Amino acid sequence: MKLHEYQSKQYFSKFGIPIPKGRVASSADEARAIAEELGTRVVIKSQVLVGGRGKAGGIRLAKTPQEAQEVATQILAMEIKGLPVRKVLVDEASNINQEIYLGITNDRAERKPVMMASSAGGVEIEEVARTTPEKIIKVHIDPLLGLKDYQARDIAAGIDLPREHWRAFGQIANGLWRAYSESDATLAEINPLVITSDNHLLALDGKMVLDDNALFRHPDLAEMRDLDAEVGSEIEARKYGLSFIKLDGNIGCMVNGAGLAMTTMDIIKLFGGEPANFLDIGGGAGAEKVAAALRIILSDSNVKAILFNIFGGITRCDEVAHGIVEALGEVNTKVPMVIRLVGTNAEEGRQILSDANMITAETLADAARKAVAAASGKVVEGGK
Amino acid sequence: MSILVNKNTRLVVQGITGNEGIFHTQQMQAYGTNVVAGVTPGKGGEWVLDKIPVFDSMKMAVEATGANTSIIFVPARFASDAMYEAADANIPLIVTITEGIPVQDMMRVRNYLDQKKIRLVGPNCPGLLTPGEAKVGIIHGDIAIPGSIGVVSRSGTLTYEVLYALKLIGKGVSTCVGIGGDPINGTNFIDALSLFEADPYTEKVVLIGEIGGSDEEKAAAFIAKFMTKPVVSFIAGQTAPPGKRMGHAGAIVEGGSGLAADKVKALEAAGVRVAKHPEEIPQLL
Repeated sequence: MKLHEYQSKQYFSKFGIPIPKGRVASSADEARAIAEELGTRVVIKSQVLVGGRGKAGGIRLAKTPQEAQEVATQILAMEIKGLPVRKVLVDEASNINQEIYLGITNDRAERKPVMMASSAGGVEIEEVARTTPEKIIKVHIDPLLGLKDYQARDIAAGIDLPREHWRAFGQIANGLWRAYSESDATLAEINPLVITSDNHLLALDGKMVLDDNALFRHPDLAEMRDLDAEVGSEIEARKYGLSFIKLDGNIGCMVNGAGLAMTTMDIIKLFGGEPANFLDIGGGAGAEKVAAALRIILSDSNVKAILFNIFGGITRCDEVAHGIVEALGEVNTKVPMVIRLVGTNAEEGRQILSDANMITAETLADAARKAVAAASGKVVEGGK
Repeated sequence: MSILVNKNTRLVVQGITGNEGIFHTQQMQAYGTNVVAGVTPGKGGEWVLDKIPVFDSMKMAVEATGANTSIIFVPARFASDAMYEAADANIPLIVTITEGIPVQDMMRVRNYLDQKKIRLVGPNCPGLLTPGEAKVGIIHGDIAIPGSIGVVSRSGTLTYEVLYALKLIGKGVSTCVGIGGDPINGTNFIDALSLFEADPYTEKVVLIGEIGGSDEEKAAAFIAKFMTKPVVSFIAGQTAPPGKRMGHAGAIVEGGSGLAADKVKALEAAGVRVAKHPEEIPQLL
C-alpha cells in the first residue's frame, strides 16, 4: 500500500525529520488560505499515487495567495496518468543549494534492509542506478540491531556531504530508519533531501510503501489507503481475501495457489488464448469465497469462458465444488465453464458438480485447450 | 533416499489445535510421519488424535519427546514468535507453512536463525515430502511415489501439478522441497540443489521457479559451476504484468527485474532444459 507525499512527510516529521511548512488542501479556496497563512512563495503539489507529477504539470510555484488559488484550481481539475487529483499539498517554497537522495528498502537477496543515498537527488533512484551507479552509496542494516550512527556517517561521507551537515544528516537517517521499521514499510524515501540556501537540511518530498501483510499492526496507516489507484474488482476481491488482478483477455481463471494461477494464465496464452485475470482463491478456500470469486470474474463483460483449475491440498475440491454450485445458483450465466479438479477430495467434488453443466478436463493442457476453444465460441466435448 | 525429512524425522506441530493444524496432522500421520508432539500455548496436557500430546511450549515438547523437526501452522501475526520459540528450543529444522508474514518480521527471523545455524523451509510454502517415508507439510501424499527425482519449488499447487505429472508416467521422487513464495525465505534454490547434488539417491532435479527476485539466476550460476546431475525447470509468470504482485508476496516484476524470460535465459545458458508448461517436464527428464 502506497502513501501520498503529504502522508509520508507527516509521518517522517514524527521521527524528527524536518519538512517544509505546509498543509494539504482539497479545494482552491483552502489552498489560498494556506498560502495566506504561510505568507510566502508556495509550491502547489498534486497528491496522486504515480510518479512523474512534475513532468505532467502537477507541481507548480505560486508567488501570491491569488496565484495559489488559480494554480490549485487548475491542478485539482487534472488527471495524471488516469488518476484524478483530489488533493494538493501547499508547501512553503525553498531555495535549494543541493539535492540528495535518501531511501530505505528491503534487499531480497541480502535479506536485510538497505539504506541508499546519492548526491544526485531529485531524479528517480532507478534512473541514477542505470546512468551513474557509482553515485549510489548502499549500506545494509542488521534488522536485529537497526541503523548504527557510524553507518549514517559512512553514508554522509560517501556522498561527499559537507561535514557541517553530518550531525543533522545522522538524525534524519535515524528518523527515516525508525519511520521505515515502525511502519513496516517496504520503501521509505526522501527525494530530494535538500540543503537549503540558508544551509539547512529539509525533506522536500517523501514516499512510503507499506507491507500489506503488516497493516494489521497499523490500523491508523491502513485507513489512509487511497482506492483511486486501484481497480474496482481488485478492491472487491480483497474484501474476500482473494488475490485477484484484472487483465485484458477473455478467459476468466479461478485457480488455487499463486504459482498454479500464473501457470494457468501462461498455458492459456501458450494455446492461443488470453487470460482475463489472475485469481488465486488461496489455501482452504470455502464455498463463500469461491462464490464471491465467480461473481467477480463474471462482472467482467469481456469474459467469454472460465477455466477452473483446482489442485487440492489445503483446499478441498468438494468445498470448491459446493462454492461453484452455490454461485451458479445466484448468478445466471451462459458463459461456458471448463473445470479440472485434482487432489484432496477431487472425486467428491466431481460428484457434487455432476449435475452442473460444465466441461470437464483431465490435464492442464487439456483444460487450457478446451477453455480457449470455448472462448472462441466452439462447442467443446466433455460437457454434459 | 531423501533430503531433510525421512523415517528418522520426529515432528512437532506448532499450532496443532487449529483447523489446519489438526487436519494436516491427521494427514501427515496417516502418511506415516512420526508426529511426536503438538504445541498450542494454553492447551498443554490435552491430546490430539488420541495419541499426540499437546504442550504449552516448544521447550517442554522437545524435552519430553526429542522432536527434531518442527512444522508451523500458526496464523501470520504469531508465526515469527513461533519460529523464535522453535529456534530457542534448538530445533534444527523448522518448516513454516503460514502465509502472509510481514516482510520485516521475516528479515529479523531469518537473520536470527542464520546466527543459530538453524535451517528454515518456507514460509508460505507447502513443506516437504519424501515419498514413502515422511511428509512434513501439506502436499497431498497420493500424488507422488518414491524415486530418484529431486523437486524444489517456490510454489505449492504448481508443485503438486508436477509431482502428479511425474507419477502418471511412473516416475518417482526422492524428496520434494517447497521453499515458498515469499520475498524473504529460509532454504533457497541453491541450498536445495546442493543437498540434492550430495544425496546419492537423487539422480535428477526439477526446479520450479517464478517471477520476482533473482534466486533462479543465482541457481543457474550454481548449476553451471557445481551440479553434475541434470536439472529440468519450469518458470511461472511469463504472462504476468509488471508491477503487480501475483499472489505470492515475492512474485513481482519490479523495475524491469525478476522477469520470467530472464530466468529462463539464465537457466538455459547453464544447460538446464526449461519446459513450456509443467506437463512437459516428465518428457524433458
